Amino acid sequence: MKHIIVFLEPKDEHSLKRTSYEAITAARQTGAQITGFAVSGTETALKSAAEYGLQNVVVAQHPLLHQYSSTAVSEALSQFASSVQADTIVISANATGKEIAPRISIKLQAGFIPDCNELSNDSAMRPVYAGKAKVHVKSNTPITVYSLRPNVFTAKSHPSAGITIGSFTPNLDESHAKVKVISVLKNEGHLDVSEADIIVSGGRGLKGPEHFTLIENLAGTLGAAVGASRAVVDAGWRPHGEQVGQTGKTVSPSLYIACGISGAVQHLAGMSSSKFILAINKDKDAPIFKVADYGIVGDVFEVLPVLNQKLKALLGK
Amino acid sequence: MNILVCISQVPDTTTKVQVASDGISIDKTGVKFILNPYDEFALEEGLQLREKFGGTVTALTVGGDTCKEILRTALAMGADKAILIKDEHKNDSYSVAFQISEIAKTMNPDLLVLGRQSIDYDSFAMAPMLAELLGLPSISMVSSLTIDGNLIKAERDIEGGKEVLESSLPCVISAQKGLNNPRYPKLPDIMKAKSKPIEEIPSLSTHARISTMAMQLPISKRIGKISGDSESEISDIVLALHEEAKVI
Ligand SMILES: Cc1cc2nc3c(=O)[nH]c(=O)nc-3n(C[C@H](O)[C@H](O)[C@H](O)COP(=O)(O)OP(=O)(O)OC[C@H]3O[C@@H](n4cnc5c(N)ncnc54)[C@H](O)[C@@H]3O)c2cc1C
Repeated sequence: MKHIIVFLEPKDEHSLKRTSYEAITAARQTGAQITGFAVSGTETALKSAAEYGLQNVVVAQHPLLHQYSSTAVSEALSQFASSVQADTIVISANATGKEIAPRISIKLQAGFIPDCNELSNDSAMRPVYAGKAKVHVKSNTPITVYSLRPNVFTAKSHPSAGITIGSFTPNLDESHAKVKVISVLKNEGHLDVSEADIIVSGGRGLKGPEHFTLIENLAGTLGAAVGASRAVVDAGWRPHGEQVGQTGKTVSPSLYIACGISGAVQHLAGMSSSKFILAINKDKDAPIFKVADYGIVGDVFEVLPVLNQKLKALLGK
Repeated sequence: MNILVCISQVPDTTTKVQVASDGISIDKTGVKFILNPYDEFALEEGLQLREKFGGTVTALTVGGDTCKEILRTALAMGADKAILIKDEHKNDSYSVAFQISEIAKTMNPDLLVLGRQSIDYDSFAMAPMLAELLGLPSISMVSSLTIDGNLIKAERDIEGGKEVLESSLPCVISAQKGLNNPRYPKLPDIMKAKSKPIEEIPSLSTHARISTMAMQLPISKRIGKISGDSESEISDIVLALHEEAKVI
């Protein structure tokens, strides 16, 4: 790894997505030269990357990039990487990265190492089989594309002396933009599990949709997102967007609180890379306790109100 | 509409993973293999579109002889044709995508449908790779799809919401749970599928672009402090979350 291109995505007018800062941090730790690449974003948002040690950002300018198109973005990034002879591309394995990283690897005839949770100067580690095993993977090609599992690489502050913003004009035509995003429907009002730092999840142990107020109250106290097991999503108690697991979302928050969830392998597949796990279950032999850092063997209906009250006291709420 | 559905065979989700003696793959002894769960949504979508617009559904997989089983499932669900590209090794996503793309080029499908991920390597790579090799647009993790003439309108899951996208045929999509409710093959169809032909195509040689150096089982670094539900024990846990884990 000599020269890494890190793909940057703005979150709002002031900042980039956390996954972009994570990618910068991961790239910086390899010791290679880094250039940020973006297709949109205000100057303030792009400059915020200086906080994490980035010194150079290049913004691609082209009318076909005004409306997001995964194919146009992939083409623009690939053209830029070739123009500066970069040997490494680092992209978050979020919803955007899942579409563009594999495409870019084909364009650059590069090895693609997806969903890495450790990155070194010449290889990476990644979970496979839903986290039941991990593999050490190396690329056999001069150029390599890595995508990084979100929330695993903690973004570390390391302010750079300054940051310059340059521009790049890719050569694009309509054939590069055959798919376009025409609108984005946000889940208003509540935090999504894939973006939350703390998640409080409920399972069948809650006994009915009406009892999820216990989960919502605790989530409210902690500023957390509400998650769910598949059993309760399939039963219609909770929306599919909250499902954590193999057929739901993969999450790795700092704290995952599993309430009345047994810990089936398919559920663990989505949350076992959480930094800390607290499980509450009345069955002391529930498999969830095998992956938990902290566990309370007890009835959710009794434990959750007490837990909420203690947390409120601690947080001064 | 001619539809190519690419499917894969994966270990059952409850498999206990052990590393094989080669040190880079899983020990297949006693492992039950199934049709990748997301590919059921892909097959169902292909079949529903054929029912609506006419045409054919071809199911294709890359793998060894044992993969004929999932092709038979696809035939039992209603696929018109099944193709096996015989490659036991499946070295990396690229080599699989390359082989599928070469066959797809001879078929000119209007739509290619895949599952959003194979639950073995969880790479989410196949749809965009295949699309790029074929010079086509793609939409990953589609939870809703409408096709009107050549125009495709789809919704896909993103962090914190959904994206609404437009594209045109020919196109590659990958299916998310919720796109449809996969049908169960009926017993007579399962029986009939047993005698349907499966076209076998020899592996097309490719160079793998990535190599697995080693596979390991993850070591749990969990604290594992399990306690009772008394008020003082709950207080201790709250304190530990604050002072030991420092997460609140
Ligand atoms: C292909 C496939 C994919 C799947 N994908 C997913 C997925 O993405 N996500 C997912 O979650 N599951 C998934 N599953 C389903 C999974 O196997 C389990 O069925 C599911 O996770 C169980 O949900 P649960 O833990 O809420 O329910 P249960 O397994 O019924 O567990 C309920 C738990 O609550 C406890 N409990 C009961 N009452 C109380 C109480 N009063 N207080 C405290 N504890 C109590 C019980 O001891 C039990 O442990 C998948 C399955 C398959 C086959």
